Amino acid sequence: MTGIVSYGSYIPKFRIRVEEIARVWGEDAEKIKGGLGVYEKSVPGMDEDAATIAVEAAREAISRSKIDPSEIGAVFVGSESHPYAVKPTATIVGEAIGAGNDYFSADLEFACKAGTAGMQICYAMVKSGMIKYGLAIGADTSQARPGDALEYAAAAGGAAFIIGNDPIAEIEATYSYTSDTPDFWRRDLQPYPSHGGRFTGLPAYFRHVISAAKGLMEKHEFKPEDFDYAVFHMPNAKFPIRAAKMLGFSIEQINQGLVVRAIGNTYSGSSLLGLCATLDIAEPDERILLVSFGSGAGSDAFAIRVTDRIENYSREPAVWDKIERKVYVDYAIYLKHRRKIKA
Amino acid sequence: MVPRFWRKIKYRYDLKGSYCENCGNYHYPPRNFCPVCRRRGRVKEVRLPDEGRVLSYTIIREGEPCVVALIELDNGTRIISQLSCDPSEVETGMRVRKAFRRYGEDGEEGIINYGTKFVPAN
Repeated sequence: MTGIVSYGSYIPKFRIRVEEIARVWGEDAEKIKGGLGVYEKSVPGMDEDAATIAVEAAREAISRSKIDPSEIGAVFVGSESHPYAVKPTATIVGEAIGAGNDYFSADLEFACKAGTAGMQICYAMVKSGMIKYGLAIGADTSQARPGDALEYAAAAGGAAFIIGNDPIAEIEATYSYTSDTPDFWRRDLQPYPSHGGRFTGLPAYFRHVISAAKGLMEKHEFKPEDFDYAVFHMPNAKFPIRAAKMLGFSIEQINQGLVVRAIGNTYSGSSLLGLCATLDIAEPDERILLVSFGSGAGSDAFAIRVTDRIENYSREPAVWDKIERKVYVDYAIYLKHRRKIKA
Repeated sequence: MVPRFWRKIKYRYDLKGSYCENCGNYHYPPRNFCPVCRRRGRVKEVRLPDEGRVLSYTIIREGEPCVVALIELDNGTRIISQLSCDPSEVETGMRVRKAFRRYGEDGEEGIINYGTKFVPAN
């Protein structure tokens, strides 16, 4: 039985409210909050980036499982905000967690779904017997052009999963749906991404999320009622709620993982933080549907069944408790933290 | 600059210190020679505790204010480290835990230096 042996998460403590961003750009905050379903977003500290977030999440996953880091045979970090254009984040993480030198490693990039791509690779490597444990991380300090609609949601955070045998949550099945869809992109050397506005909805997010979820359920004979919880990628709160309805899932099934309302879209960390929040309360034999989405575009779907091992597994501090530990910043401090203004 | 930082990565990224099996003293940064026992010392590398408390601190106000603290880890090891928090938060005796953070970068084109800092434990 192969699956999630341990998980960890990290959310920077700083937050900015939608009202504060809307104040600067003369927009109607209530309309934006109503439209996106996002009330505030996480902001990284001055000395934080995707690598530091990845290390913090990975260290939590390791300390909860008490696994010897030298037994980790693969480290993959998925992000669209790797600190270097050329030089892997994964080697920084491997060194910081004490993985030694005997491990497979690479950085992954697939907009918001690079973290789940890492989980699939680790899952395959463990299943094939190549490695004992694999560490898959999704971490981002996502960028948004000042004044762009993205700025209300583009946030920072990450989650780490140790994949191995005898898991706390078995990965029963995984399925991906991929196409060439230019809904969101960032060209080389450009500081901010561009996007297709409304085009990011139906032909991009919904097509891939729905197709991946349906593909997984058809191929492996699952129905929406077979799942106790579902987590869909959260660019905002509106999209996952609509995707759930389209697939026949209830709001009760997705509420626990809907972290986007309070921290925004943490990109590669987004659906994974939703999964962490769901695993925080899941009981043995409960089943979770996880569907990520990465622009460009693709979705990875997973059927995850919680095992008895979760009963003796430490899940503190919970994701929702971390969300509550926060310090608000204004727009000027936000600009400084995001290194958009410098002394 | 690159080799100078690279040589210290192991000790900066995590709290790897030295322990003398002869006298029981811990040191950080690690020593390859025990300054207490000298030639009788038997030094080995150990991972130090993640948490400790602030014994004393100072705030450097040249540019962005920065808190530098003398921290006693839970096994008694004393280390000097940057405390990543608002200067108004820090007080003597406060519990702190290690965190992986950016130290700085060698300009726009150079390497990014990472290492251990401390943050308030709660």
